Amino acid sequence: MFSDEMVKTFEQILSRYPVKRSALIPILHEVQARDGYLTQEAMAEVAQYLGLHPVEVVETATFYDLLNLRPVGKYQILFCHNLSCTLVGAERVLAHLERTLGIRVGETTPDGLFTLKRMECLASCGTAPVMQVNGEYHESLTEAKVDQIVSSLRQRAAAS
Amino acid sequence: MTTTAEKILLRRAETPGYTGSLADYAARGGYQALPVALREYKPEEVIELVKRSGLRGRGGAGFPCGMKWGFIPKAAPVKYLCCNADESEPGSFKDRQLIEQDPHQLLEGILIACYAVGIRTAYIYCRGEFAHGARVLGRALEDARAVGYIGRNILGSGVDIEIHLHRGAGAYICGEETGLIESLEGKRGQPRLKPPFPAMEGLYRKPTVVNNVETLSNLPHIVLRGAEWFAGIGTPKSTGTRIFSVSGHVERPGNYELPISVSLRELIFTHAGGVRDGRRLKAVIPGGSSAPVLTAQHLDVTMDFESLAAAGSMGGSGGVIVMDETTCMVRVGEVVTRFYRHESCGQCTQCREGTAWLHKILARIERGAGRPGDLETLLDACENMKGKTICVLSDAAAMPVESYLKYFRDEFEQHIRDRACPLRGVAGF
Repeated sequence: MFSDEMVKTFEQILSRYPVKRSALIPILHEVQARDGYLTQEAMAEVAQYLGLHPVEVVETATFYDLLNLRPVGKYQILFCHNLSCTLVGAERVLAHLERTLGIRVGETTPDGLFTLKRMECLASCGTAPVMQVNGEYHESLTEAKVDQIVSSLRQRAAAS
Repeated sequence: MTTTAEKILLRRAETPGYTGSLADYAARGGYQALPVALREYKPEEVIELVKRSGLRGRGGAGFPCGMKWGFIPKAAPVKYLCCNADESEPGSFKDRQLIEQDPHQLLEGILIACYAVGIRTAYIYCRGEFAHGARVLGRALEDARAVGYIGRNILGSGVDIEIHLHRGAGAYICGEETGLIESLEGKRGQPRLKPPFPAMEGLYRKPTVVNNVETLSNLPHIVLRGAEWFAGIGTPKSTGTRIFSVSGHVERPGNYELPISVSLRELIFTHAGGVRDGRRLKAVIPGGSSAPVLTAQHLDVTMDFESLAAAGSMGGSGGVIVMDETTCMVRVGEVVTRFYRHESCGQCTQCREGTAWLHKILARIERGAGRPGDLETLLDACENMKGKTICVLSDAAAMPVESYLKYFRDEFEQHIRDRACPLRGVAGF
C-alpha cells in the first residue's frame, strides 16, 4: 500500500505529463527509494495506479540498470569499468574492493550492508577511477581510498 | 602555439567562489539574454540568429541547431522540447559539469529555444546516475519559477513556458533521441524507426526538438553577443567553442573549453599537460568511445567536425581518450565492445548479435584463446552491423573495432599467434 504522502508525490509527478505512463519511471524511483528494490507486488500496485497492465511495468523496469529487481544492500556500490577508468587502474582497485568487502561483483555482503556492481561510464572520466555509493560520487579512487570509504560507511551503519 | 581564447560556457563555472545559484548567475550577466530575446526578437528571428551563428549540436551528430528547429511545423498547436541531459558516451563528462555548476545557463538556453520554436513545455531528460545534478536542476527550476522566468506570462511577455525535470534510470541508448522519447513516455528506451523524425512525430507523437545540454547552454551567449561573434570562433563550418573532455593517460585530465578549431596536439600536449610520465602516445579516441581511433600521425588534425571526419574519425561528443604506449589495443577493444554489448537495446538482430560476437571474440583473443580467422570474422561482423539497424549504436560499436584493426592489426595477430597478451600487467591494465 502506498502511503498518503507517497500518493501525493505521485500526483505531483503525474501533473507534469499529459500521458500517465510517463510518470512510470519517476514513480518506480520513488518506490525503490522506499523499498530498496522493486517487488512484484509494488510493481503490480504501480500498474494499477497508472492504469497499466502489470507486464507493462515489468517490461519497462527490466530495461534500466538503476532499477533493482532483487534486494540490494543498504549501500549499493556501482563501480565504473569503462575505458577511461580501466586505463587508470579501475580493475586493480575493483579487485581490491572485492577483497575488502569479501564478496565478488554482483554479490551482497552477508550482513546486508553492501552490494557491489560493475557499471558503465558514469561521466567522471577526468577523475577516474570512479564509483557511486547510493548515487553519490567517489572519484580518483585508489585502494586506500576505497578502504577508507568502506570503513566510514561501516561506522555510519553501526552508529545508526 | 597556444590558443588562449576566452571561455564562454565554463567562464562562470570556473570562477572561484561561483556557486551556480540564481543570484550568482544573475550577478554575472545571467538572465540578460532571455528578456532581450523576448522583447527585441520575434521567435523566427531567434531561429534565423541561431542559423547564422552556425551552432551545431554538441551531443554527437553535429547537426545544425537552427535547421533542426526550422523543421518543426510552425502551426502545430502542441510541440515539445527535450533537453538531452543523458550524457553517457564513454569519455564525455562536460554536460555533467554544465548541469552541476551552471544550471541556470542551461535553463536560460532552454527558455530561449522554447520561445524561438513556440514551445510551451520542455522536459530535461537527466541521466539517472546524475542524482546530484538532478538535485541541482530541481533547485534551479524552483528558483527560476519563483522569480517568473518559468511559468505563465514570463517577464510580462505573454509567453508561457514550463520546464520539467525527468530522471532516467540508466541506459546509454536513451541518449539516442527517439530512445529518449520512448523512455520519457515510460517505456523501454528502444529507438524508433525514422522517418518520421521527432520534428514531425516525437514525444506523444507531437513535433519535438531534442537538443543537448551544451548546445542549449550556448544560446544565451549567441543572443547577447550576436551570431557573427559566435560564427567568428572556430572554422566556417564548425563554429564556436567546444568543451573537450580529456581523459586517460594525460597529466591533467579534465574539461577544456576551446575554439572548436584547436588541434588535437595542442589539446593534449598544451592544455592537458601531455602524456603522463613522459611516455609516448599510442592512440587517441577523439570523440567518445564510438569514434574511430587516431594515432600519433594524426596529432595535427583540428577538432572541428569536418577535419575529424576527413581524418577517418568523428567529433562525436567531444570525449578525448588518450592512450600511451603501455596500452593493449585488444584489451581496449574488449572493454569498448563489452559496453556496446551491454547497452544494445536488443531490437535489431545485427546489433544484438553483432555486439555480442565482437565482444566474445575480442575477449578470447585478449586472454590468449584467439583462433586463426578471428580477425576476418570480426571484420565480417562489423561489415554486417553498419547501416542496417534502426539506430546507430550498431555502427558505433563496429566502427571503432575496424579502426583498431586498421592501425594495430599486428598487435591482434601477435595475441593470436603467441596465445597471450604481450602487455598484460605492464601498467596494471
